[in-house]
Amino acid sequence: VTWPVVTLGAVMLGGLVLYALLGGADFGGGLWDLLASGPRQGRQRELIAHAIGPVWEANHVWLILVIVVLFVGFPPAFAEISVRLHVPLTALLVAIVLRGAAFTFRAYDPLASQHPAAVRRWGRVFSMASIAGPLLLGMIVGALAQGAGTPARAALSGLWLGPFPLVVGLFTLALFGLVSAVYLTVEAEPDDPELAADFRDRALAAAVAVGLLALATFGLAAQHAPLVRDGLTRRAWSLPLHLLTGATAMAVIATLWRRRYAWARRAVVMQASGIVLGWGASQFPFIAVPDLTLDGTAGPRRMQELLAWALAAGFVVLVPSLIYLFRVFKAGPRHREP
Amino acid sequence: MSDFLLARAQMALSLGFHIIFAAVGLSLPLFMVLAEWGYRRTGDRACLVLAQRWATGTAILFAIGAISGTVLSFELGLLWPGFMHHAGGLIGMPFSLEGFAFFTEAIFLGIYLYGRDRVSPRAHLFSAVVVAASGAASAFFVVLANNWMNGPTGFRLADGRPVDVDPLAAMFSPGWQDQVTHAILASYLATAAAVTAIHAFLLLRDPGEPGHGHHQRFHHRALGIALGVLCVSAVLQPLTGHRLGQVTARRQPVKLAAMEAHFHSERRAPSRLLGVPDLERHVTRYTVEIPGMLSLLAHDRLDAEVKGLLEFPRADWPPVAVVHYAFQLMVGSGTALMGLGLLGAVVAAQRWRRRRRSGGDPAAGWPRWLLWLLVGGGPLGFLALEAGWVVTEVGRQPWIIQGVMRTREAVTPTQGLGARFAVFTGIYVILGVVAAVMLARHVAAARHLRLDDDGGA
Repeated sequence: VTWPVVTLGAVMLGGLVLYALLGGADFGGGLWDLLASGPRQGRQRELIAHAIGPVWEANHVWLILVIVVLFVGFPPAFAEISVRLHVPLTALLVAIVLRGAAFTFRAYDPLASQHPAAVRRWGRVFSMASIAGPLLLGMIVGALAQGAGTPARAALSGLWLGPFPLVVGLFTLALFGLVSAVYLTVEAEPDDPELAADFRDRALAAAVAVGLLALATFGLAAQHAPLVRDGLTRRAWSLPLHLLTGATAMAVIATLWRRRYAWARRAVVMQASGIVLGWGASQFPFIAVPDLTLDGTAGPRRMQELLAWALAAGFVVLVPSLIYLFRVFKAGPRHREP
Repeated sequence: MSDFLLARAQMALSLGFHIIFAAVGLSLPLFMVLAEWGYRRTGDRACLVLAQRWATGTAILFAIGAISGTVLSFELGLLWPGFMHHAGGLIGMPFSLEGFAFFTEAIFLGIYLYGRDRVSPRAHLFSAVVVAASGAASAFFVVLANNWMNGPTGFRLADGRPVDVDPLAAMFSPGWQDQVTHAILASYLATAAAVTAIHAFLLLRDPGEPGHGHHQRFHHRALGIALGVLCVSAVLQPLTGHRLGQVTARRQPVKLAAMEAHFHSERRAPSRLLGVPDLERHVTRYTVEIPGMLSLLAHDRLDAEVKGLLEFPRADWPPVAVVHYAFQLMVGSGTALMGLGLLGAVVAAQRWRRRRRSGGDPAAGWPRWLLWLLVGGGPLGFLALEAGWVVTEVGRQPWIIQGVMRTREAVTPTQGLGARFAVFTGIYVILGVVAAVMLARHVAAARHLRLDDDGGA
């Protein structure tokens, strides 16, 4: 395995971590939009829209980055996965499209106040698509881990619908919901402690769901994704990583319980990162089990090197810009628009 | 329809849809910067409100463009896995750099839209400039990839597989300067024509009270900027088109022959206006020929030989009629816009002179006939853009990579493309309706603008 292959693999995994932390939170916002309830229902939805507005397009680009690195660095893997998993990929696209269209409509309609019914309808579309997105994303990940559609392309349909991908899909949804709810507690707290408490309850419920679904995923992996299961258990780094992820999961619950929201946000970032990294590392060097590896599907060496340098140059521009974006909108107390 | 045709139809629909939003997402930020800069320079609140309104328009169209662009990045694999398998690594440089340009545009558009009260005025103007620059960079990189498909370089074929890959040579395949500038100017021109038409229409519908009316000042400023961009890009565009034509004559002579419906190789080849190509008898009927013009344009010499379609095997011909008509449409619309732009410039210069001599309201007195003409010219830019895209894409058929891979070899082996085509058509209908309704409401809201307070934009 050459250094560009490892670098590009790491960039894709890192991109997925960031997509889970940033884009995932925006998806989770859709879940809580649907489940908004109680006396502060309207304010919950307002907070979600306000939190997502300035950043969701930038957050969404992480997924595009992963796709681009995949098709540039590992063209045969991209081509093959597109063929095998074309049904869930198409469905994921539909969800992404509807979600974006709905959000645009809600955010920029100058006559929104005159059409409450239309706004509600688009809100429904937004939240349904936000739930379908993580489910499908998780199912695609589950299918890649268990080896859907192999060895013959003809057998492709259906396998991504198996029990293992389904549980991974639910797990992803719960995780995105957790990340989102924890962020929202931090966003709500300075102005509205009651609203923060609403999201605290939701985050606690999601944290429990994440724990249960993690166990279910692990259990099913023995039968459906033995390679990932081995990766999760038998490697030198397995135990420390799992202990760390488990400890951060406990920390999330404890800090939420004691209403230390800023600390909960730090802990949940570590928990979600640990989960995605753990999956990626245990599947290494496979892009899709059992036949597509990073090494075996790598494009021309020179292309990979150049891509790695191009990514490095791109990050020099990107990282400061992103830090600036989040400083402007996510640091310090939230100002209400006049 | 066969699955192959369905795949092509789906790709054509996706790109034909996306290109509109990509063009606006690249051009409208330029307008936004000019308006914002005008505000900094003159302190005229009309410019500020204009910048805000164009920014909202950018946001709507950019969001739709970002979505349809995401769809495209997946569709490359879902529809053309054969192409991606071989070309993914070769056109990878421009695509990955485009990803970063897009990222930067999304970040700074967020800052510009939501950050007016949170960052310094200087940082705010800077973010607008970054949006415009990264939008242009995005287009630059994507067109580089397309240019490679028209004239692939940077590799050697061994047993049908690319070897000795040189990604930088592939990124800058010959002719890139001309295709890139032609495409970016086309975007500015299309957007400028549409924006001009919208403001001309609003001014016609609601001329306001003579002498005072922020309304007039607002549209006057808008017309000044949009007409300026229209004029400059419409005048430059034939030059870049001419250079691109010469590149095409070298690397894709059969495409050029189809554009001109030119069957027989000849010296002093004529350029043909209009005309119906007859593929059986190898003649083009009902056409106006300009003798020697094609030879002159393509090779800089009147007696240069221009190869005709019959020089090439029939299996390598693109759909001649489609390419020829699209080319006529593109050139016709572009020429009309150039006339319109120059006319607008002359009228504006006259008004400016008259005003300097006699004073008076700067916003008064755009002649109504000119405004009507500008309204009529509104769709022409996008018509030219779409037609030009048809020329380059359909003109390359039957190849997906000129001379290397046929489109038919690249298509996905999966079945049931009909259902997917239906789903995506539905999606684009929804997106199109959303965008149209939003823009219509956005434009309609211009009626209630107030320039003395915060604009209400």
